[in-house]
Amino acid sequence: MSVLDIHDMTVAYHRRPVLWDVDLVLEEPRLVGVLGPNGAGKSTLVKAVLGLAPMAHGTVRVFGEPVERVRKRIGYVPQRESVDWDFPVSVLDVVLMGTYGRLGWCRRPGPRERQLARECLAKVGMEDFERRQIGQLSGGQQQRTFLARALAQQADLYFMDEPMAGVDAATEHAIFTLLGELRKAGKTVVVVHHDLRTVEQYFDYVVLLNMRVVAAGPTNGAFTADTLRRTYGGRLSMLEAVGDAVEARERA
Amino acid sequence: MIAPHDDLRTPHDDLLAPADKPLAPLPARRDPRGDIVLGAVVIALFVLGVWLVARLPAPGLSWWTVAIAATCSSACGLVGCYLVLRKMSLLGDAISHAVLPGIALAFFVSGEITGVPIFLGAMALGVLTTLLTQALRDYGNVPEDTGMGIVYTALFAAGVILVQVGARQVDLDPGCVLYGMLDMAALNTTRVFGVEVPHSIVTLGIALVTTLAFIAALWKELKIASFDAGLATAMGFRAMLIHYLLMAVVAGVTVASFEAVGSILVVAMLIVPGATAHLLTDRLGWMLAWSVVVSLLSALFGYALSRWLNVNVAGTMAVVAGTQFALAVFLAPRHGLLVKWLASVRLSLRIVGEDVVARLYRHEEAATGAAFDATQGGDGEPQSVWQRWRRSWAIASLVNSGLVRRAADGTLLLTAAGRQVGRSIVRAHRLWESYLERHFELPLDHVHEPAERIEHYLGPELQTQLAEQLAEPEQDPHGRAIPPS
Repeated sequence: MSVLDIHDMTVAYHRRPVLWDVDLVLEEPRLVGVLGPNGAGKSTLVKAVLGLAPMAHGTVRVFGEPVERVRKRIGYVPQRESVDWDFPVSVLDVVLMGTYGRLGWCRRPGPRERQLARECLAKVGMEDFERRQIGQLSGGQQQRTFLARALAQQADLYFMDEPMAGVDAATEHAIFTLLGELRKAGKTVVVVHHDLRTVEQYFDYVVLLNMRVVAAGPTNGAFTADTLRRTYGGRLSMLEAVGDAVEARERA
Repeated sequence: MIAPHDDLRTPHDDLLAPADKPLAPLPARRDPRGDIVLGAVVIALFVLGVWLVARLPAPGLSWWTVAIAATCSSACGLVGCYLVLRKMSLLGDAISHAVLPGIALAFFVSGEITGVPIFLGAMALGVLTTLLTQALRDYGNVPEDTGMGIVYTALFAAGVILVQVGARQVDLDPGCVLYGMLDMAALNTTRVFGVEVPHSIVTLGIALVTTLAFIAALWKELKIASFDAGLATAMGFRAMLIHYLLMAVVAGVTVASFEAVGSILVVAMLIVPGATAHLLTDRLGWMLAWSVVVSLLSALFGYALSRWLNVNVAGTMAVVAGTQFALAVFLAPRHGLLVKWLASVRLSLRIVGEDVVARLYRHEEAATGAAFDATQGGDGEPQSVWQRWRRSWAIASLVNSGLVRRAADGTLLLTAAGRQVGRSIVRAHRLWESYLERHFELPLDHVHEPAERIEHYLGPELQTQLAEQLAEPEQDPHGRAIPPS
C-alpha cells in the first residue's frame, strides 16, 4: 500500500489548468522536497491533495484510501503568510489546534491535549513562549510554532508549505533535524522548498515541478543538472498556449 | 536540539541595562498593571452609568429599555467579534441589510411580524447573500467587495419595496426598519411565566442565548476556521460550512435586533464592540468578554444620553460605542497609541543616555586630561528645547542609576559600572564599523553614522557573533582599538 498515490491529477483555477496531469506515487516513507520556480504549482499541488484547491481531474489516495477518510493521519503546515498573526491566540492555543482533528466536532482539548501540545513545543524549543500572543514572535519562532502544531497532529503524512520561509540558518537546520527524526520514525514529510543548495543535504526524494512533474524520484537520481535545467528553464510554451486556449474556449 | 531564544532579538528596554545582562528573560505573564487600571475604570463607569439611569424619570420603563438595548448589543457584539477577526465586517453590514426581503416574504407567508418564520427567512437571506457574493467572485469575475455592494443593496432595495407594499395593509414602518424604535419596545409587553415583560426582551434573549450556545458548542471549530481556514478544512472541519453557519447566526441576531436598533445602526452594534475588544486584549475568550462589556456600557450610557438629548436611543448607543473605540485606540494598555508613544520616548531617552556614556568613555580613552563637558550635544549642533530637556533627563537618570557621577566642579565622570556600559557601546560601535567596512564597501567617512544608530541595539550576544564573524578584530576601520567585551 503506497503512502501517497496521485493519479492523473489536473488542477484548474477558473477553468485554466495550472497543474497538468500529475502522476506521483510514494511507495514508502520519504522526506520529499517539492521544488520548482515561482508559479510552478508547488503550493497548488499540496492544496489539491488536501482538497483545498479544486481538482479538475484525477484521483488522490493516501494510505490506499480517499483523503476524506484519512484526514486524521494527514498533517498540514500552510504558508506562514496565510494566517493573521494579530489573531488573539497564544502560542499554546495554536499548537492545541493540532489536536482538533483527532478530537472531532464539539469536543474540547483537555489536560491530555495540553500535555501533548507542551511536549511538541518543547521539541521545537519554544516551551518558554507558550503564553505569548503569536504576533510577538519572530518569523522563525512563528514557523516553529506551526511546526509544533503539525507535530501535535500526530500524523503519518505531513505536507509543509515553505516551512523555511523567513527563518534563519540555525532554525532551518534544526527544523530539518526534526523532519529527519520524523522520517526515521516512519513518517512521510512532503516539503515545498525553495533553496536548491540544501536539497541534497535534506531530502531523500525530490519532485521537480513546473506546471507538470518534470522529474520525481530518489534525490541522487532525479536531482541532476539536466532535470534542473528542464524545471527552471522557463515554462513550456505549449502548456501556456493550450492553457490559454482552454480558458478562452471555456469562457466564450 | 534547537536552542531556544536564538533568534529572539529583544533590545533590552530598561534604561542602560548592564552590558553583561543576558537577553531579557521571558516573563510568564505580562505586566498586569494596565489591565488592573482598565478594570477599575470599567467598574467605575458601570456604577456611573447605573446611577445616571436610576436618576431618570420612570425608572421601571428605563430599566426595561436598557435591558433590551444591552441584550441586543451583547448578542451583536459577541457574534461581531468573529466578523472582525475574519475581516468580514462589511459582510455583517451586507447581511444586516440583505435580510430585509427574507423578513418581508416570511411575513407575507406567515402573516406574523415576529416568530420563527421571520428568523428562518432572514437566515436564508443571510446565507444567500454570502453565496451570491462568492458566486459573483468565482464565476462572474466580480471583485468580492463590488459583488457584496451589488448584492446587498439590490436585496435591501427589494426588501424596502416589499415592506412598502406590505405596509399598505399592515403596520410595518420603513423608518422603524432603518433606525429601530427602542424607545417604544419596552411598552409592547407579553406575559412570560406570569410576569409582564417586553416582547423584545424575549426575542433578543433567545437570540443572545442561541449565540452563546453556538459559540460554546463550536468554540474550537470557530477558532480554527477563523484563524486558519486551510488547516480547518484539511482536518475535516469544513471552513465553508462553519462560515455559512456563522452567517446564519449573524442574520438571526440582526433580525432580532431590528426592532431595537434598526438595520443601519445594527452594524455599529456588530462591529464596534468587537473592534474595541480586539484592542484591549490578545486572547479570544477575553475579547468576547470585552465586547460584552463595551456593549453593556453602550446600552447604559447610550440610553442616558438619549434621554438627556431626547433623541433616538440606537443613535446615541452607536455614538457611545464609537467613543469607546476611540478611547481604546489611544489608551489601550498594550496596543494603544499612548503606550506606544511612551515606549518610543523611553527608547529615545535610553539612546541619549547611552550616547553620553559612550562619549565619556571615549574621552577617558583619549586621556587628554582636558576638561570635558558631556552635558552638551555631540557635534555642537543646535538643539531644540525638547532635545535639551531630554538630555538633562537622561543624565539625571544616569546619575540616579549610578552609571555617572558629578564631580565637584559639575563635570560628569563615569563610575566603574558606567565604564563597563560605555565600553560595551563603544565596542558595539566599532565592531559595526568594521562589519560595514568589510561587507558594504562604504568609504571610511560613511561608517560612523550608521554605527552610531546601530550601536544601541547590539547586545552582548550579537557582539560576540559579530566579533566571531570578523575573526576577532583588534581595530576598527579608523585604526582605533576595539575594547574587549
